[in-house]
Amino acid sequence: MTELMVRDEQGSILRFLTRRRGKIRADWTDWATYLYLFLGVAIMFAPVLWVVTSSFKTPANLAEFPPTFLPYATETVAVEDYDEPLPLYEVKTEGGETRLLAQVRRVGLRAQMVDPANPEAGRIVVPIADAEPVRRISFTFANYARLLSTSGSDLWLFVYNSLFITVVATIITVIMNSMAAFALSKYRFKGNTVALVAILMTLMIPPTVVLVPTYLIVAELGLVGNLWGVILPTVATPTGVFLLRQYMLTIPDELIEAARMDHASEWRIYWRIMLPLSAPALAVVAIFSILSRWNDFLLPLVVLNRREVYTLQLALASFQDENRIQYDQLLAMTTLTALPLAFAFIFLQRYIASGIASTGIK
Amino acid sequence: MLGLQKLLGARRMPWVFLIPNLTAVLLFSLLPVFINIFYSVTGSDRLFPQERPYVGAANYETLLDCGNYLDPSTCSRDLFWRALGNTLLFVPVQVAAMIGIALFTAICINRDIRGRGFFRGIFFFPVMLSPVVVALTWQWILQRNGALNGLLTAVGLPPVNWLVLPDMAFFWSVFVTVWAHMGFFTIILLAGLQSIPRDVYEAAKMDSASPWRVFTRITLPMLKPTLLVVFILCVIRSVQTFDELYVLTGGGPGSATILIVQFIYETGFAIQPRNFGLAAAASLLLGAVLLVFTVIQLRLARGRSYD
Repeated sequence: MTELMVRDEQGSILRFLTRRRGKIRADWTDWATYLYLFLGVAIMFAPVLWVVTSSFKTPANLAEFPPTFLPYATETVAVEDYDEPLPLYEVKTEGGETRLLAQVRRVGLRAQMVDPANPEAGRIVVPIADAEPVRRISFTFANYARLLSTSGSDLWLFVYNSLFITVVATIITVIMNSMAAFALSKYRFKGNTVALVAILMTLMIPPTVVLVPTYLIVAELGLVGNLWGVILPTVATPTGVFLLRQYMLTIPDELIEAARMDHASEWRIYWRIMLPLSAPALAVVAIFSILSRWNDFLLPLVVLNRREVYTLQLALASFQDENRIQYDQLLAMTTLTALPLAFAFIFLQRYIASGIASTGIK
Repeated sequence: MLGLQKLLGARRMPWVFLIPNLTAVLLFSLLPVFINIFYSVTGSDRLFPQERPYVGAANYETLLDCGNYLDPSTCSRDLFWRALGNTLLFVPVQVAAMIGIALFTAICINRDIRGRGFFRGIFFFPVMLSPVVVALTWQWILQRNGALNGLLTAVGLPPVNWLVLPDMAFFWSVFVTVWAHMGFFTIILLAGLQSIPRDVYEAAKMDSASPWRVFTRITLPMLKPTLLVVFILCVIRSVQTFDELYVLTGGGPGSATILIVQFIYETGFAIQPRNFGLAAAASLLLGAVLLVFTVIQLRLARGRSYD
């Protein structure tokens, strides 16, 4: 992309990009900035793009080296008297001209070909060094179809498990954290500081450090191999409480006083006043929760020990354990796993970015 | 719910709101810390506490016992020392690379350029991807017949077995984790940069200060609070790195990229018989190291903010 821009000195894209507020010309530092940023874009985005395009390749195309960026397939042609469509080759003849021939079979370094326009003329023997397959860009969905049809993969089950964990954990997280935040921001009572400190202290405890005892508690609750076993340990996030509390502190107390005058119950105040008014902060907490739960790996890896309760991430990682990596299906599944968040990202990018920027914590 | 309030009285309502959260916090964060201590001083491969005999400091001794502390192969658990050594190398390298690149990128995006939102979005994109997807993506690029080797042969260089050579595997483990998480820190730093008032820069321009001087005398000092948050987050996360490398290299080749969390996971869960006591002892050592780090960081931060 950069290369193209530099060559396109007179191009309008370039002029558009270098136009600046108040200044007509861009200096060298602007060039360096653009160069760096476009290089960055290539490094950040190309690998993902490569995986996505590769997931549409045929196994033969995948095994090629050097690899192609886009998926290619050899063109085939239906010829009379042959049941299967024959692959099409571009063949250099001794006269120096090129002909399009269909390959019937290959014996050693020689191939038997027929002219698809004139099959009656009989087979022509061609050295394979002179034959180039005719290829065109072709996106095949065969990898996805195979992934969905393979009984061993249980793809929909994994999708369901991942969705269940993400949705349920996020709902509980948002409600639980907002309730705690409400109590800690709008009430004065004995022990509120202690409660706040206890919750925030957990920020200091890395989840990996308490992996073994967390597993014990999940086991004592009888939740090993159960989706709830990965939901419950993750729902009370200290950052969520902290973020929501900070936000709720900015909501005026007069609103609550007025509601109490009207004999609203405390629960009603929480549900009907605090929750709707905290919507922006709730959205940030929800987005973080969705991201973390969908992408979780270590806790599910430890707790979800049966294939029936695997999440997409576990299933994806387990593709690797098998002796031979089946790249065709692995790539398709990688794409499928990344897709939901990629779409969410396109719509939510702005909010996610500003949410992170405003909190500085995840 | 009104019934509940009548039953308990309005004064107890805050506790009604707090109890669910506090229960979860106690059960899954605070209690585990104490259980961990219990595990680390008991033995056997049984999970439930009543079946675990007290062994004193034996687990710690097993972990820390070495003939020669500079040579992991003389230690009774040499994998622990390799994991510790790798982590102690990985964390500073990764944190330095992460913050350096994220800061540079944030400064570039913060310039008066077009397509700021686009660049911000692209650099943030990998943060959304799951660690497993990130690892598999790079594995696909780095494998023997992968795209990177394709590019190398296209310019006439021989292909390289990136993840089979120990040094290369270590480099890529840093590269891939920086690639995956850089956008997160870029955005925080970008927010920090945008909170620096523009007129400070205008004044510097009037005095025709050099860009380097502007960077070291204005940008860095004013960004210090943000940089500190980024630094602490970055270290804590870096020490906990697991998923990406577990899938990308599996800790290999040999033990070249095994980090401490993977050691904990494998000791406690993957390798039979499961050794929960040893895993818990290693976790507590990790926790202690993290605590010391955090305290030092906070002390340094406090000291600095007074000057």
